[in-house]
Amino acid sequence: MDHAVCLRLRNKGDMKKKSNFNRREFIQNGMRLTLLVAVGGVSGLSVIKATGKGDVWQIDPYKCTQCGRCATECVMTPSAVKCIHAYDVCGYCDLCGGYLKPGSNARSTAAENQLCPTAAITRKFIEEPYFEYVIDEDLCIGCAKCVKGCDSFGNSSLHLQIRHDLCLNCNQCSIARVCPGDAISRVPADQPYMIKGQYNPQE
Amino acid sequence: MRNKYLRIILLLLSLIITGELTAQNRFPKPEFESGYVQPSPTTPEPRAFAMEYFDVFILIAVLLLISYFIFRKRSRRGILWTSVFSLIYFGFYRNGCICSIGAIQNVTLTLADPNYGMSVVALLFFILPLVFALYTGRTFCAGACPLGAIQDLVVHKPIKLPVALQRGLGMIPYLYLGLAVLYAATGTDFIICRYDPFVGIFRMDAPFTMIVLGIGFLLVGIFVARPYCRFFCPYGVLLNWMSSFSRWHLTITPSECVSCKLCENSCPFDAIDIPDHSIQKKDVSKNVKRFLIFTLLIPIWMALGAWVGHQSHVFLSKGNSQVYLAELLISHPELKSDIDNLDIQAFLASGKSMDVLVEEASLIRNKFRIGSWILGAFIGLVFGIKLLKQFVYRKKEDYEPNKGECLSCGRCMDYCPVES
Ligand code: SF4
Ligand code: SF4
Ligand code: SF4
Ligand code: SF4
Repeated sequence: MDHAVCLRLRNKGDMKKKSNFNRREFIQNGMRLTLLVAVGGVSGLSVIKATGKGDVWQIDPYKCTQCGRCATECVMTPSAVKCIHAYDVCGYCDLCGGYLKPGSNARSTAAENQLCPTAAITRKFIEEPYFEYVIDEDLCIGCAKCVKGCDSFGNSSLHLQIRHDLCLNCNQCSIARVCPGDAISRVPADQPYMIKGQYNPQE
Repeated sequence: MRNKYLRIILLLLSLIITGELTAQNRFPKPEFESGYVQPSPTTPEPRAFAMEYFDVFILIAVLLLISYFIFRKRSRRGILWTSVFSLIYFGFYRNGCICSIGAIQNVTLTLADPNYGMSVVALLFFILPLVFALYTGRTFCAGACPLGAIQDLVVHKPIKLPVALQRGLGMIPYLYLGLAVLYAATGTDFIICRYDPFVGIFRMDAPFTMIVLGIGFLLVGIFVARPYCRFFCPYGVLLNWMSSFSRWHLTITPSECVSCKLCENSCPFDAIDIPDHSIQKKDVSKNVKRFLIFTLLIPIWMALGAWVGHQSHVFLSKGNSQVYLAELLISHPELKSDIDNLDIQAFLASGKSMDVLVEEASLIRNKFRIGSWILGAFIGLVFGIKLLKQFVYRKKEDYEPNKGECLSCGRCMDYCPVES
C-alpha cells in the first residue's frame, strides 16, 4: 500500500519534473551559449594582441639607478639578478671603481678594501697597466654596489642583468614593482638581454 | 671676425656634446699587446618557448583525464592521483608560474593597456579551464590546479561551516576578483601573484610572511576544506559561473538517487544540495513577495556599492607607485632632500618634472575612480543576487552536487550505494 502511494507520487512528480526540466534545460543551454560567447569574445580581443613568442623580464642598464633592491626583492634567494661585465666597455683600470672601495689603495686588495660584500669579483693582472675583473655569478647577489662604483669612477661597464637560467619568469617580476628607475620591463623572449656595448637605448 | 667667433663657439659646443656622449667612457679601451683575448658576457637563454606549449599540452591532457575519471570511471582515486601529478608538475616543477588564476590579470592588462600583449600560452591557460567548466564542471579545480591539489591533500577532519558564515565568506572571492582586475587594469600590480599563499611552498623560497600565510592556509585546511579555493580564489568565481551551466557534471549516483542520505555528509566542501521537503505551499506565496522585494532592492545595493567604491578610490589608488610618489611629494616636499628615500631620489635624478608626475598620477587616479565605482556596483550586484537566491527554491528530490560550488573532487561518488 505504502509502496503504491509512493510510486504514484513519484510518477506525478516525474511528470511535473519533466516540464520543469525542459524549461530548465532551455535556460541552461541559453546561459551556456552566452558564457561561451563571453569567453570567446574576451579571448578574441586578447588574441589579437597576444604574442606567440612570449616575453621575459629584463633590466635596462641605462635606467637602473643602482638602488640595491634587486638583491632583496627577487623571489629567489639569492637574486636572479647578477652583475654582468661588458668587457667591451671596460677600461681594465688598475684603480677599479667597481672593485675597490673609494679611497682604497690599489695595492691592497684585501677583503676590507673590496666593494663587493661577497667578494664575487676577482682581479687578474693582464699586462701593465691593465687588470681584468671577472664576476663569479655564484657569489654575486645583485646588490649593484660595484655597478654604482663603476658608474661613478669608471666606464660603467659593470651592470645588472636578469639571468634567465635563474629567473623564474614570474608573471609579475616582484623587483619590477619596486624598481625606482622603472628599469625592469618585459622584453621579447628572443632578445632576452640588454647588455651594454651590444644594446643601445636609443634604438 | 664674426666668423671666427662662430667657429670657436661651434668648436666649444661640439666639445661639450661629444663630452656628454662619452661621459661614461672615462678611460679609453686598452690596446693589449700580450695577445689577451677579451671574453664576452655569457647570455644563458630563457626556458625554450616550445616547453611552454608543452605545458598547455599537459594541461589539456590533465583536464581530459579528470573528465574521464569523473564520467567514465567514476574513480576518486584516479582524480586524486591526477591532482598529485598536477601538484608536482605545475606546482613544484613549474614553480607555480604559469597559472590560470594569475592569467586573469594578464588578460585584463592586455585589454586595458595598448602596449601590452600577453603570451598565447597564458591566454590558453586562462581559457581552457573555463571552456572545460562549461562542458564538464570544475575539472580544473578537481585535479589540474596545483593550489587546489595541495589543499586537497591536507583535508582531514572537515567541519561543516554555518551557512551564514559560508555565504559571508563566499563574498570575498568576488571582491578579490574585482580588486585584482582593478589593479591589473590600472597597471598597478598583479595582486593575485603577489599574495599567492602557496607559491612560496612550491618554490621553497619566499619571504617569511608568505611562508607563514601558506602554512596557515594548510593548517586551517585540515578542518576547513580547501579554504583558498572556496573563500578566496578569484578564478573560482569565473569557474563557478561556467560550471553552474555546464553541459555535463559529476553526479553522486551512477543511476537514480534513492535518497538514502548516505552521501549527505560526504562532501567536505558542503557542496551537496540536500532536498528540502519542509517547504509548504503557504511559504511559497510569501516567498514570491519577498522575491519581488529583493529583486527591486538590487539596484539599491548596486548604488550603495558604487558609492562605497567611489569613496574608497583615493585609498585604493595609493597602491599605485606613481600616485603614491606624487602624493608623498605634495604632502611632504621636504622629503626631496632625504637622500635615503630611493624612490624620491630616483625620481629627481630622472629629470622628470613634478608637473608631469602629478599629471600622470591624476590620470591613474581617474582610472581608479571609474574602476572603483564599477567594482562597487559589481559587488552590490553580487550581494543582491546572493540575497535573492535565498528565496529561490528549486524543487528537488535528489541529492545532487551544487554545480557551481562542487569542485568535482569525486569523494561523494564512493558513498552512493546504488549500482550502475
Ligand atoms: S631595482 Fe631597479 S634601480 Fe634598483 S638595482 Fe634593480 S634595476 Fe637597478
Ligand atoms: S657588488 Fe653586488 S652586484 Fe657587484 S658583484 Fe658583488 S654582489 Fe654582485
Ligand atoms: S621575474 Fe621573478 S625570479 Fe625573475 S628577477 Fe623578477 S622576481 Fe626574480
Ligand atoms: S564531487 Fe563535489 S559534491 Fe562530491 S564531494 Fe567533491 S566537491 Fe563535494
